[in-house]
Amino acid sequence: MSLDHSSVTMQPAAAPSAPPPVPWKPSIVAEVAKVVANTAVNAEYRHLVVDCSEIAASARPGQFFQLLCPHPVGEQPFLRRPMSLYGADRTRRRVEFLYKVTGAGTRGLDTIEKGGTLDIMGPLGQGFTLDSKWRHVVAIGRGAGLATLAPLAKAAKANGTKVTAILSARRPELLVSVDIFKRHGADVVPVTDSEQTSGPGNVERILRGLIAEGRCDAFFTCGSIRLMRVQQRLAIEFGLPGQVAMEQQMACGIGLCYCCVRDFNVAGEIVNRRVCWDGPVFDLLEALP
Amino acid sequence: MIGPFSIDLSVEVGGIKLRNPVMPASGTFAEGLEKVIDFNRLGALVTKTVTRELRAGNPLPRVVERPGSLINAIGIPSKGVPHFIEKIIPQYAAYDPPLVVSISAPTAEGFASLAAELTLPGVSVIEANISCPNIEEDGKAFAMRAESAEKVTRQLRSATKLPLWVKLTPNTGEIAEVARAVEGAGADAVVVANTFLSMAIDLKTFKPCLGNIMGGLSGPAIKPIVVRQVFQCAKSVKIPIIGCGGISSAEDAIEYMLAGASAVQVGTATFLQPAAMVSIIDGIEMFCLQREISSVTELVHGVVIEEADDQDLAWLSPPT
Ligand SMILES: Cc1cc2nc3c(=O)[nH]c(=O)nc-3n(C[C@H](O)[C@H](O)[C@H](O)COP(=O)(O)OP(=O)(O)OC[C@H]3O[C@@H](n4cnc5c(N)ncnc54)[C@H](O)[C@@H]3O)c2cc1C
Ligand SMILES: Cc1cc2nc3c(=O)[nH]c(=O)nc-3n(C[C@H](O)[C@H](O)[C@H](O)COP(=O)(O)O)c2cc1C
Ligand code: FES
Repeated sequence: MSLDHSSVTMQPAAAPSAPPPVPWKPSIVAEVAKVVANTAVNAEYRHLVVDCSEIAASARPGQFFQLLCPHPVGEQPFLRRPMSLYGADRTRRRVEFLYKVTGAGTRGLDTIEKGGTLDIMGPLGQGFTLDSKWRHVVAIGRGAGLATLAPLAKAAKANGTKVTAILSARRPELLVSVDIFKRHGADVVPVTDSEQTSGPGNVERILRGLIAEGRCDAFFTCGSIRLMRVQQRLAIEFGLPGQVAMEQQMACGIGLCYCCVRDFNVAGEIVNRRVCWDGPVFDLLEALP
Repeated sequence: MIGPFSIDLSVEVGGIKLRNPVMPASGTFAEGLEKVIDFNRLGALVTKTVTRELRAGNPLPRVVERPGSLINAIGIPSKGVPHFIEKIIPQYAAYDPPLVVSISAPTAEGFASLAAELTLPGVSVIEANISCPNIEEDGKAFAMRAESAEKVTRQLRSATKLPLWVKLTPNTGEIAEVARAVEGAGADAVVVANTFLSMAIDLKTFKPCLGNIMGGLSGPAIKPIVVRQVFQCAKSVKIPIIGCGGISSAEDAIEYMLAGASAVQVGTATFLQPAAMVSIIDGIEMFCLQREISSVTELVHGVVIEEADDQDLAWLSPPT
């Protein structure tokens, strides 16, 4: 066979011919999805929208997909690339991603045109959980974390929970997900390096203010170890719960290979966990940098 | 073709009958795959290699990709034998396909005692991964040489009554001799093969790409080499061969069978297409249907070698 992905056998779209006695159903699928849009949102990020199966479209906030990226000219990304769910619409059977072009795989993604196809695999991993008792939560993201946290906005609204989103970037024009949070009624606090508002000191000041006003029943975070540390300290100080979405290089994405492990502190004991399977969302206080 | 034409996909592999010749490769299979494929469709289930020693596994990064291939240095993170018996074996109890348990140890004695301990209800086959370093031979893998492979297989054979499959390394220059030695020592089948020792260096940092510096190469890029090794082993042994290396389609699997494999294992392909094994089984059946092959066993060692007066120079002969 050639080294190109096109010759790798795809899962047949139809179900197997003879139905087994106890009908077995997949809850994760690899499927060829149709690309509805793949457009730049700013100098760094692209917004990718695909039509997919009902299983894929049932993805929940914090879950992710493994994308089989097309080969850009002169490069052959081999593995799938993990990408957080940015948005899901169950009725329209659609999922969205927000990705930054960084290397061979994401450069390949960037070549897909509207009407083209993309092999997506998911939904994968353990997502965020929202407690119905929480009245007001804080979401703090930076980098790809802004994409990961975005679907929380809609879910929180449905849960009757108010969100304050502290969104961090190098410069204001590189901020993403602001509109999604606003559309679902969240308070957005942009912080940036260029305006010198994104440092841990300032973010801690903002958080202490929210906690004092009773507007922080839980933390949700992704994309910055420095900001995670701030939240861990405050979570301990005020006895608040939190969840963090972690990243790690992945091969299989479904817990088979053990390449994506990280250490976690579980009640004082260091425990090894697979980010793809046990996470990517973990308890804030168990996460280690 | 008119009328039903039923295809027998079952194969006999080293003391056990499989419903079809397709199973996972050790270390690329776990319970999570159950969300993607129906395990009852597989020929067998194969666990990640277990060791007696508690191990953390290798430092990160543990994988790096290269065109058409993957280099891994996962190590063998192991939570030990009691955990394996209490937690891992029962996970597969509800499925029909036989459970193949992959084991490893740093000494021949260690292999034997582990095989004995894992000869348990619910375990159908012991697969000995002898591609690991042998501390009695200065870290050289057991499967590098016929003598060390024979010694460890002999001890394993006397330790278990279960079918014994021995997994060879492709890193030796004498794989056919190793396979024969293993056969002579009582193995019921050989798995050909594990990964190729390899390395990748990052041009930005000049550092090795893997935390462990070196790792094992797998994926489509290795397939032609391992097909050759299966072919060489098939000429050297009578016990069944399980082909493994770079299989991602039914065509790949059939090629292995033609070279001499009675069954195949699929590893890296599952990372790219999680339902690859099921597609391969369906594809083999379709191939047999189209070629009116009634039993998949007809493919085994079906490669056609034209006789030539001078084998080595045959390719130089002008067309007639
Ligand atoms: C659970 C999860 C969710 C993610 N969600 C998003 C998202 O929504 N938007 C987004 O822009 N990015 C996200 N990332 C990061 C994204 O996976 C990487 O940017 C991408 O894999 C880079 O691939 P590449 O080929 O372009 O880069 P290369 O640097 O060429 O990649 C080489 C290898 O390293 C891996 N790799 C590189 N960077 C990362 C990283 N940050 N995390 C994990 N693996 C990496 C690649 O997957 C590949 O195997 C997520 C990562 C994880 C683990
Ligand atoms: C991530 C990974 C982990 C592996 N772990 C094991 C293992 O624990 N024991 C073993 O015998 N082989 C292990 N292998 C080797 C595979 O079982 C197989 O022999 C090899 O990958 C070649 O097949 P493939 O090209 O289909 O992947 C591993 C391979 C990979 C990619
Ligand atoms: S990516 Fe394979 S176990 Fe997580």
